Amino acid sequence: MARAQRRKLTSYPGFGVITIFFFGFLYLPIMVLIAFSFNSSVSISVWETFSFKWYAEAIGNTDLQKAVVNTLLVAVVATIGAVLIALPAAVVLTGQGVSKRAASTATGLMSLPLVVPEIVIAIATLVFFTSVGIDLGLGNVMIAHTVFCVPFALLPIVARLRSLDHRLSEAAYDLYASRPRAFRLITLPLLAPGVVSGAMLAFIVSFDNFIITLMVAGAGGTTLPLYIYGLVKTQITPELNAVSTGVLLLSLVLLTCAYVLTGGRIAGSTGAKD
Amino acid sequence: MTTTTRAQRIRRRTILGLTPAVTMMGAFMVIPLILVVVMSFMTRGQYGGIVWEFSTDAYQRLIYVTRLDGSLAYNLSFLAILSRSLVLAGLTTLICLLIAFPTAFYVARQSQRTKSILLLLIMFPFWSNLLVRTTSWIIILRDFGFVNQFLMWVGITSEPITLLFTNGAILVGLVYVYIPFMILPIYTSVERLDNGLLEASFDLFATRFQTVRHVIGPLTMPGIIAGSILVFVPSLGAFITPDLLGGGKKLMLGSLIHLQFTTARNWPYGASLSVLLLAAVLIAMFILARRAIRARG
Amino acid sequence: MKSIYGILALTTCLTVAGAAYAEGQLNIYNWAGYTPPDLVKKFEAETGIDVTIDTYDTNEVLLSKLQAGGGSYDIIVTAHSFIPVHAAEGLIQPIGLKDMENIENLDPQYLTADWNPEGDYGVPWQWGTTAFAVDRTVYNEPVDSYETLFTPPGALQGKIGMFKGASDLISLAQLYLGVPFCSEDPSEMQRVLEVLLAQKPHVKVYGGGGAMREQLVSGELIAASNYSGQIVRGREQKPELEYIYPKEGVASWIDVVAIPKGAQNYENAQEFINYILQPEHAAMLSNHAGYSNGVPASREFMREDLLAAPELIVPDGIRVVPLATCTAAASDLEAQLMTQLLE
Repeated sequence: MARAQRRKLTSYPGFGVITIFFFGFLYLPIMVLIAFSFNSSVSISVWETFSFKWYAEAIGNTDLQKAVVNTLLVAVVATIGAVLIALPAAVVLTGQGVSKRAASTATGLMSLPLVVPEIVIAIATLVFFTSVGIDLGLGNVMIAHTVFCVPFALLPIVARLRSLDHRLSEAAYDLYASRPRAFRLITLPLLAPGVVSGAMLAFIVSFDNFIITLMVAGAGGTTLPLYIYGLVKTQITPELNAVSTGVLLLSLVLLTCAYVLTGGRIAGSTGAKD
Repeated sequence: MTTTTRAQRIRRRTILGLTPAVTMMGAFMVIPLILVVVMSFMTRGQYGGIVWEFSTDAYQRLIYVTRLDGSLAYNLSFLAILSRSLVLAGLTTLICLLIAFPTAFYVARQSQRTKSILLLLIMFPFWSNLLVRTTSWIIILRDFGFVNQFLMWVGITSEPITLLFTNGAILVGLVYVYIPFMILPIYTSVERLDNGLLEASFDLFATRFQTVRHVIGPLTMPGIIAGSILVFVPSLGAFITPDLLGGGKKLMLGSLIHLQFTTARNWPYGASLSVLLLAAVLIAMFILARRAIRARG
Repeated sequence: MKSIYGILALTTCLTVAGAAYAEGQLNIYNWAGYTPPDLVKKFEAETGIDVTIDTYDTNEVLLSKLQAGGGSYDIIVTAHSFIPVHAAEGLIQPIGLKDMENIENLDPQYLTADWNPEGDYGVPWQWGTTAFAVDRTVYNEPVDSYETLFTPPGALQGKIGMFKGASDLISLAQLYLGVPFCSEDPSEMQRVLEVLLAQKPHVKVYGGGGAMREQLVSGELIAASNYSGQIVRGREQKPELEYIYPKEGVASWIDVVAIPKGAQNYENAQEFINYILQPEHAAMLSNHAGYSNGVPASREFMREDLLAAPELIVPDGIRVVPLATCTAAASDLEAQLMTQLLE
């Protein structure tokens, strides 16, 4: 009896309804957006007939192609950079023996992008690059994104490390594995889902970023968000819907890849026990 | 070979592991922020930019404003913008929490298979572009948009209701954009929740409410706090959502700062506003952290 | 440590790659939706120069971008009233118009304009006027004054759109009140602020020209301030849109093509400017965006409906007031006015 009874008790009435509402709220706008991208009308929300014409227009648009390339380039570099910074730090921070002061300083520094409002980071970075005179073109955007993405890469890795069973690596030491060897053979594979989630988060954050890019980008630095903002601001046409649907599709592909790669563990949160 | 002691090894590992992070964050985050503080004490250039001469004008401007006719007055407009930002960000956080907690809890209690599908569904919008997601609300909320067309079709209203370009639209947009940041941390902490504890609570005849208050609440508090920070901070400095869904009529702090670096061309004032925003965020986080400690208490 | 080197190496590689590639490049910074894609394709095909276009949405954004040193653009396009500011701040350089063979196509009045004292800071991209438009499917009363816009009758209340850019918004209120552009008189500017504040409850959105055009077409706005060319484009979708010529006059502007200081592809920029001075290409600019250009001979390549467009032909007796370059004091008043208006 107890099992069924407890199951009932640990579930809460109304939570299911809220969940359904939540998913409706989450997907309604996306559905509407996709539907209207097939609208032949030049107006963004007045339906005429079904058509692919805005897709044709978007695909032939070379500015858009360049923006996509820029966005991916920046996101890939920022992701790699952020993971390379976050991974060693995470290992040290969750390991034993690190001094409390060093740990809290490093954690504090790496949390800055989460704490400081993005608009402040954007103007700070702009002012910094201006005063120091660093002008690497797209490189400026890459540096800014890398730094901004570090905490997003860090959090899932730390979470994963914390949930790892330390006895596993200890067992390895007991079996006379060297520390690097234990790390490589035991910790790293167990850590992989955390690293992948961290990389994914970093990638999204960079892919999505608008304000920092707006402030920092120079000639030829238009990314997809900047391009879309231009469309929204000056000429709302269904091309915007088509581009947006394209972006959604790209996201879907990336997400599916990540899903397959991580064997279904995606949120960086599933504990070591499963 | 055995000359390196354990302490030395740990020290070397610490330095090796933390140096990249500390260097990068120091160079490209801390120094720029210090520059902003310095800049807030400088003089504005005629057409924007800065003149490197000490001045406290930018801070005086937070309190007093020179009216167009030259007389001094308290800067009430800034107070209005500040309070609007705080209220909207606070409401966003609250609404996100109210929706996210039950959802995260519900999802975490599903079977492994359902769980991963639902998580995927949560992740997907989060993976798609912020601007795209915000724009979709323009299509939905506008006068002849989805909602109004539906309302008129059902017959609830004969004329379109103004939904877009209101504070409500900003709120909906902020919740929509930032809610995944609330769900994921809460989900993580709910998932780690030991079922045995819940069962123990029920075995001790605790009601559902008591269990939430004394067991689930404190145990998921780290997730709730992380989520709240992740939602509150970006909402407070939000720029895109008020810009697109607020119709440019109601400024928030983020837009006011942006304005100083574009139309208003007053960099030091923009810097002093940034310093203030930063302080507001730190105070908010401090309060949240205090509450968390007390909750765990 | 390794990771830093990794990142630095990667960034360096990408930058170097970018620089090497820059030989045949041209970076244009222009208003969004303003550069005709067919013209760019044609230019690329004929010259082999690879064109990259970045966009912005207010003159002020462009100015602050150049001031921040973030740039290395080769071509910028901005309102004529901003050219003296760019020149005074040392942000633009002479375009070397004398060397361009197509200089003869340019209407000579632009070589001696106020905003172009040395005649070499730029040439017009397009020019047009600013006033407002009314949707005649909904509102059929006669309109001949900004009064309809600033103190709207019941049918228009809550359906008004106004510019979000400071100089565009303020200049219309100044025309209405008879206050000169870039006024430095605080009491005059206070009156401007009061008119705008009184209008604010009836304003649905402060937006950009393109967005407001779309909202006029969709019926969300019934009256909105806008640029002439936007209404040309709007009328193609909704013939009932009427561009109003108020008795108080309209504001006029010229968007000027200029070359920023430090442009990495100066010759390519010159080649591009020379290119758009060819009548056929100047016409492409107009056909795309719906404004007039500075090359008289382009008329024979322009769309016929454009030549007859009422938005582009200012009726006799209507005052056309060019936007002015504001002094620091005047632009400070404008900035304060904007902040107080939008609080």
